[in-house]
Amino acid sequence: MATPAIETAQQIQGDGNFPAPSVSSSPRKNRWRIHNVGDFVFENLTRLFGFVVFSLVFLMAFEMYRGSHLSIEKFGWSFLTTSTWDPVQDQFGALPFIFGTLGSSLLALLIALPLSLGVAVFLSELCPRWLEQPLSFVVELLAAIPSIVYGLWGVFVLVPWLRITVEPFLRKSLGYIPLFSGPAYGFGMLASGLILAIMVLPIITSISRDVLKSIPSLQREAAFALGATRWETTRIVLRSARSGILGATLLGLGRAVGETMAVTMVIGNRPEIAASLFSPAYSMASVLANEFAEATTEIYTHALIEIALVLFVITVILNALARLIVWSLTRKFKTA
Amino acid sequence: MTSFSLLCVVLAVAPLILIFAYSLIQGLGALNLDFFLQMPKPVGEEGGGMANAIVGTGILIGLGALIGLPVGILAGIYLAEYGDSPFGTAVRFLADVLSGIPSIVVGVVAYILIVLPMGHFSALAGGVALAILMVPTITRTTEEMIRLVPQSFREAGLALGIPRWKTTLRIVLPTALKGITTGILLALARAAGETAPLLFTALGNRFWSTSIMNPIASLTVFIYDYAKAPFEDWNRQAWAASFVLIFLIFVLSIIFRFVTRQRYDQR
Repeated sequence: MATPAIETAQQIQGDGNFPAPSVSSSPRKNRWRIHNVGDFVFENLTRLFGFVVFSLVFLMAFEMYRGSHLSIEKFGWSFLTTSTWDPVQDQFGALPFIFGTLGSSLLALLIALPLSLGVAVFLSELCPRWLEQPLSFVVELLAAIPSIVYGLWGVFVLVPWLRITVEPFLRKSLGYIPLFSGPAYGFGMLASGLILAIMVLPIITSISRDVLKSIPSLQREAAFALGATRWETTRIVLRSARSGILGATLLGLGRAVGETMAVTMVIGNRPEIAASLFSPAYSMASVLANEFAEATTEIYTHALIEIALVLFVITVILNALARLIVWSLTRKFKTA
Repeated sequence: MTSFSLLCVVLAVAPLILIFAYSLIQGLGALNLDFFLQMPKPVGEEGGGMANAIVGTGILIGLGALIGLPVGILAGIYLAEYGDSPFGTAVRFLADVLSGIPSIVVGVVAYILIVLPMGHFSALAGGVALAILMVPTITRTTEEMIRLVPQSFREAGLALGIPRWKTTLRIVLPTALKGITTGILLALARAAGETAPLLFTALGNRFWSTSIMNPIASLTVFIYDYAKAPFEDWNRQAWAASFVLIFLIFVLSIIFRFVTRQRYDQR
């Protein structure tokens, strides 16, 4: 961090000799002189590696575009709108996977958002001071569990529970709605939505909690002073934190879209678009996990890489949007 | 409202306890010395262990660290010391974007970059994929830890006539080293839990292999294969492996939190 003190000190040091040469040369000339070789080397070495990180994203996009050109040339935009996935006939259409990914992610958000907000509100408004840190840590531990372990738990605990208890119950009580019709396999959209909800919850919670805490307490005090109840005050605070919570949701959506192993193990792996929550589906990440290592023809591999490219673009857009929103919000409140 | 919030907290914390307890109960029975020392037995036979997978995971995160640590730490130093420029903001932003890219997409990139030119799967490709996954976390942690070092340290060094690069390397970095190390360990533990990028880079190996140029076994891919298998003994071993993974990550997370806690009395 280059404060004025540090810059002056660097100027006075000159080339490291003592006594230092005078600083009478004009500031404009001084800017381009190499005051110290070691400094020049070090700063540009670190700048080089910063550039490596900078270019990594672009490198990935370029490589994936190059690696899927056969599929892009053959199918064009219809790749995203066709439903046939036929490796034998070399006909590839990614629509079932896009449906599976979006469906399970949106279902996950639907379940996780109210829960996350409830936990975030608890942590920022209602929690006793001593409980806050440990409880936040426990919620963040949920994010640290590897995806494969979620998948394992999903296969052996969640899916049987859904198949034996939840889905028959839903079918009996709400079976006339197409959303709850069909045979109850356990595996399917509902299972993957539930697991993704658990995985997405910590992200939305921690960011929402940070956003809620960054809102100046003046707002709450003003509301209380006017006689508002706890719930009404919280509603006001939530309203001003609206964009930050939106950013948190986008980040959670980004994570849910890219989640692979947990979803692969419980989604049923059937590339079909169906209306029911009970029916098996297939997500973009799952098809990559299942079929990539066994793709026989070149067009097959290129089609799969194109799916990876679509996934990449979606997550980059979601993440970029979310970061921009969260950054601008926290900066707004820091200067307030 | 309070009761709704409390209900949400209970519902949020419940799966964590469930998963941890379940893997503990299911896995503890299979967690014996054989698990760590023996090789996998042929299909259908009872017993055996995951020795090659444990070593494989170690080799993979070692490779990933070899590639990812220099990049991450140096980029983090750049962001902390010289990163107040537009370029620094861009690097920071892209590092954040990089951390959100799905791990399977990173695996696909490693496939294109390493597996295709080499013509076969290898531990090197897996290591590169893990390195790309580690870089954003290590960059962010390094930057934060270095920023925590008080400005007076740097100014004192410069006032004594120490060049800026030496101040950073010999004064600022050692001060931040504790936090950086723990952050790196955490990033390594998280990389050890990755499965998706390894599925078609390092592939997997039922035999003992420590070579970088061949496919290599890993704990996570083993869990995936064993979980899908119809053999109960294999399922139990999958639970044991997942318990080892969770335990490792939990312990390192707690250590990280402890080491980097804000000491409120030192203000």
